[in-house]
Amino acid sequence: MKKNKHPIDTPVNMNVVARREESSDIFTLTLAFSDRPEFSYDFQPGQFNMLYLFGVGEVPISILEHGKNDTQYAHIIRRVGRVTQGLSLLKVGDCVGLRGPFGRGWPLEAAKGKDVLIVTGGLGCAPSVSIIHFILKHRADYGRLMILQGVKHSSDLIFKKQYAAWASCPNVQVALAADVSLPNWPGHTGLITELLDQVHLNTANTIVMMCGPGAMMRATAERLSTLKVPEEAIYLSLERNMECAMGHCGHCQFGGYFICKEGPVFNYLEVKALLTQKGF
Amino acid sequence: MPYFLAYEQINELLAALSALGYRCLGPQVREGAIIFDDLKDADQLPWGLRDAQKPGYYRLEKSEETEAFAWANGPQAIKPLLFKPKESLWRVQKNAEGKYLFQETLPEHQPIALIGARACDLAAMQVQDKTLLTGQYTDAHYAWHRQHLLIVAVNCSYSSQNCFCVSTQTGPKATSGYDLALTEIEDGFVVEIGSEKGEALIHALACESATKKALEKAALRTQHAANMQSKRMPKNNSRALRDILMNNLNHPRWEEVAERCLSCGNCTSVCPTCFCHHQTETPTAQNDGSVHAREWDSCFTQGHSYIHGQVIRDTTEKRYKQWLTHKLGTWWDQFDTSGCVGCGRCITWCPVGIDLTEEMAAISGESNEKK
Repeated sequence: MKKNKHPIDTPVNMNVVARREESSDIFTLTLAFSDRPEFSYDFQPGQFNMLYLFGVGEVPISILEHGKNDTQYAHIIRRVGRVTQGLSLLKVGDCVGLRGPFGRGWPLEAAKGKDVLIVTGGLGCAPSVSIIHFILKHRADYGRLMILQGVKHSSDLIFKKQYAAWASCPNVQVALAADVSLPNWPGHTGLITELLDQVHLNTANTIVMMCGPGAMMRATAERLSTLKVPEEAIYLSLERNMECAMGHCGHCQFGGYFICKEGPVFNYLEVKALLTQKGF
Repeated sequence: MPYFLAYEQINELLAALSALGYRCLGPQVREGAIIFDDLKDADQLPWGLRDAQKPGYYRLEKSEETEAFAWANGPQAIKPLLFKPKESLWRVQKNAEGKYLFQETLPEHQPIALIGARACDLAAMQVQDKTLLTGQYTDAHYAWHRQHLLIVAVNCSYSSQNCFCVSTQTGPKATSGYDLALTEIEDGFVVEIGSEKGEALIHALACESATKKALEKAALRTQHAANMQSKRMPKNNSRALRDILMNNLNHPRWEEVAERCLSCGNCTSVCPTCFCHHQTETPTAQNDGSVHAREWDSCFTQGHSYIHGQVIRDTTEKRYKQWLTHKLGTWWDQFDTSGCVGCGRCITWCPVGIDLTEEMAAISGESNEKK
């Protein structure tokens, strides 16, 4: 952190400086410390902020990237609950509260000089978008970037244009999988784990970063193990209800961890035992 | 050097605490249970009363002794004073331009002197200290209450049927965390000093040193309380329970206990170490401001594990498993201690009398009966 003034206990006012519709229920809000630039902070991709909607409450949102300058922060948000519903109605110039950044992000140092395999499942996985953008921005520091996205149904895929844009970047490979697909689906029909055979991993020099449903991540990790990717090279981002973000409210307790504090990014070995245990 | 405080000096102690600006709280009978409330006079103490506790059972009875602290414990520990059931964290005001001004709302009230905390209560407080005061983030509200609390502990001379602090090594005698610790003997108390504040108080009261005989009587009292205990936590509540629990996540006992558990959350309310809370928001009527507060929550509610449209612990079995594996198991990973202090409250106040030592015995294969 470049400064230690970032708001942790109590939010500070932020102005909405940009918003963009990504799909029917996903939007990006860029927020700025307009009045208090001294609060601005560095963050790691994979970390999150608590965004506060006046009179309604807070919600944890992964930090996507800086906006136009480093006092601005973009967040990809899916409209799903009361707070995110309200956030989706905000316009440029409106205000929100923010506390953050919280948690442990993706292993940027461990990944330097290596190929990076991103595996995501489900509907729009914001933590993975932040690391993809980061790698594309620091392209020379990383090897091949492989992005695998799995969805249940081919019509669930959002960010279609985004995938095409990523695929056109140097040394980037994008592969899509849908369990069920409609005609003209350009990707693979079947499980995301089947895509792993197509990307020809340099197993000794690859770092894997996953986010999505637990069962998908577990299956992917197991398939990677049989492909001889060491388990310690696999990282994943977990998601649970986080209300305080400081390891005090108990909602995101996951075995011996608080996901808000020790996560949301974990090494696979840290969470392997509980990953598919029902109820954790 | 321990001192002796005569029964007649209890009111002097209360007066001295009041003169120092403390609001005194002490044990009193309310609606059939002993709880902590404002204590102005020694007459308000539960003289001659004793609690009979069994799984799912709590009744006050007349005791043979006419003592003030002949009971084991009530539903509260110190927790509600430090980690309050509801507390506002910050408020926000909207200004004319629509910007939000946030302000932390730290507590403002008289310091509290609590009389009658038990050894298990102090142990629980020290567990909560680890949760809320150590590590990366400090809870400012808990810290404030903690700094403004003086504790006069009273060592137990009686154990209920649900007490098992001997096996958890957290009682019946308080060893740390108090300003003064009392042991009731005939006509008064042996007083041990735990802090400079406590020492100043005792000197102000001009207490005499305790006689050797008084010390012997006090030691016998706590020994008696220890001997009375018939329950124990298997593996003496050690870290070994962590692996036993985590290696038995599919044990048939979980399903069996889930059939009895009502998922009501009473156990988590009376547990002196449970810290889960959720955040609440109360906008003003004019909608120009709002108060952000926290309120105790329980892992036995549906909402506790809610995340965008799904509930991770949708059955009682999952919730009971979550509670016990955390309390006795993964608490060790997080705080290097068990989350259980042997107070027995979750057993007493469970409407169906589920006994966690019995559940742990079933899963570990080691008896929960103390010989």
